[in-house]
Amino acid sequence: MIDLQKILEKAKAIQKEYSPFVTLPEKLEKPRSRGRLSGIMISVKDNICTKGLESTAGSQILRGYVPPFDATCIEKVKAEGGIILGKTAMDEFGFGSFCTNSFVIPKNPFDKERVCGGSSGGAGCITQLADFPHIAIAESTGGSISCPAAFCGVVGLTPTYGRVSRWGLIDYANSLDKIGVMAKNVRDAALLLSVIAGYDERDSTSLNVPQEDFTKYCKENFKMRVAVPKEYFTGIDEKIEKSVWQAIKKMESEGMRYQEISLPHTSYALPSYYLIAMAEASTNLAKFCGIRYGFQPELKGNFDEYFSEVRGKAFGQEAKRRIILGTYARMAGFRDAYYLKALKVRTKVIEDFKRVFKNFDVIVAPTMPILPPRFDEIAKLEPIEVYMMDILTVAPNLAGIPMISLPCGFVGKLPVGLHIMADHLQERNAIQAAYTYEAIK
Amino acid sequence: MEYWKIDKELIEHVCKIARLALSNEEKEKFVKELEDILSAFRKIDEVDTSDTRPSFHPLEFKNVMREDEPKVWKWQPLANARHKEKNYFKGPRIV
Repeated sequence: MIDLQKILEKAKAIQKEYSPFVTLPEKLEKPRSRGRLSGIMISVKDNICTKGLESTAGSQILRGYVPPFDATCIEKVKAEGGIILGKTAMDEFGFGSFCTNSFVIPKNPFDKERVCGGSSGGAGCITQLADFPHIAIAESTGGSISCPAAFCGVVGLTPTYGRVSRWGLIDYANSLDKIGVMAKNVRDAALLLSVIAGYDERDSTSLNVPQEDFTKYCKENFKMRVAVPKEYFTGIDEKIEKSVWQAIKKMESEGMRYQEISLPHTSYALPSYYLIAMAEASTNLAKFCGIRYGFQPELKGNFDEYFSEVRGKAFGQEAKRRIILGTYARMAGFRDAYYLKALKVRTKVIEDFKRVFKNFDVIVAPTMPILPPRFDEIAKLEPIEVYMMDILTVAPNLAGIPMISLPCGFVGKLPVGLHIMADHLQERNAIQAAYTYEAIK
Repeated sequence: MEYWKIDKELIEHVCKIARLALSNEEKEKFVKELEDILSAFRKIDEVDTSDTRPSFHPLEFKNVMREDEPKVWKWQPLANARHKEKNYFKGPRIV
């Protein structure tokens, strides 16, 4: 019998030192049924609705919001005996690469002066630090699972767009958001994905494909065909480059064959991603206006004045930036030049990947171009410089393909992430390649 | 038409559409930041997309319809509302 009180005490001790949580419950609820997740604590990114547990998506505008329902993925976790541990810290609505754009800022498990990565920083932090059975539910729009997985030295699995129902997710960008998982190893990640994946009639973009037990792909396979994209090695930290090449050479020495390839539209993925993400975000954020839930001051003025005041007061700087840019990109006269153009470039990025996956099972690259930076270093960065940090993760996210970031070594005391990408719905390939590397490293 | 010029007037116009009250300080700051961001994004102009269709999603999706029948979903929509009267949300006045 697991001692839930003791586990909550441990989580509180971690919280005191590293702040991975926005909310911890007063008491961990005993599961009502037994199943594949029995005995496992499941932390949940704060943009996923949990019945009776405050869900803010890291935003002041949702402070105090207690969902009266569970997201589909949470219903599934509870049905399989999983225990909801708490809500993990994130950049406001997912807007960020360092998990610093919010009212709770987690510290990196390897160096408290450094960031956890974003936007699912809290999930990465607690996944690394938990010394009890734990798997995290996180979410990625442009790299929000892979980035913190790399910076916190854990496994982050982002599934194919539509594989996991988004019902109950406080959305950022509907055509990009993917609920995924973070874990200490590939098998745990595959287990939780097997539970939360599946068709859901409440999400019209959820894919009606057969359920899979992803853990059965956790076996070594040295016959996989590996592609290494040259664009992903330019302009990155040399120590990361070296570390990732060592990992590729290690796989080769065990019999895996690799070939260098090109993904020519890589550098265009970044502006395309941000324009689409901001356009979609600006429409999604329209619903937050100080009535119905969250931040609700006294009703003053007419609706125009009231909504504008509430939003001006409660949204953070990055949310405001994205609302303005996204609204601008969708305005009559500008829509074709920005938004529509970005959607066409997205087609080019998808075609790049499709071409490669005709001949290869997986693409392997570094996850992030830099090691986890210090808080004082990022404070000096301009917004566009922050966006550039996503250069390696936005293309696969824009294409909606599955990907896994897993640790491939250290530079000093800081972890390096290896990124393994696969074709749409071919999670099995990413899982098998990641598992194989994990076994030999 | 000049697509890429950002000034304070444009920011004010966009904020009016987006219902976003900004301080004067914020407006000044955003003019500069958004100018930087959009000039970097301009890179997408280099891609020839004359024969390319836009991808609204990463995969092809069709509209999903269900039978047009009433369906009950039991929840408490007013559970988080501060401003309410009887069984309604209460909002700010219209004019």
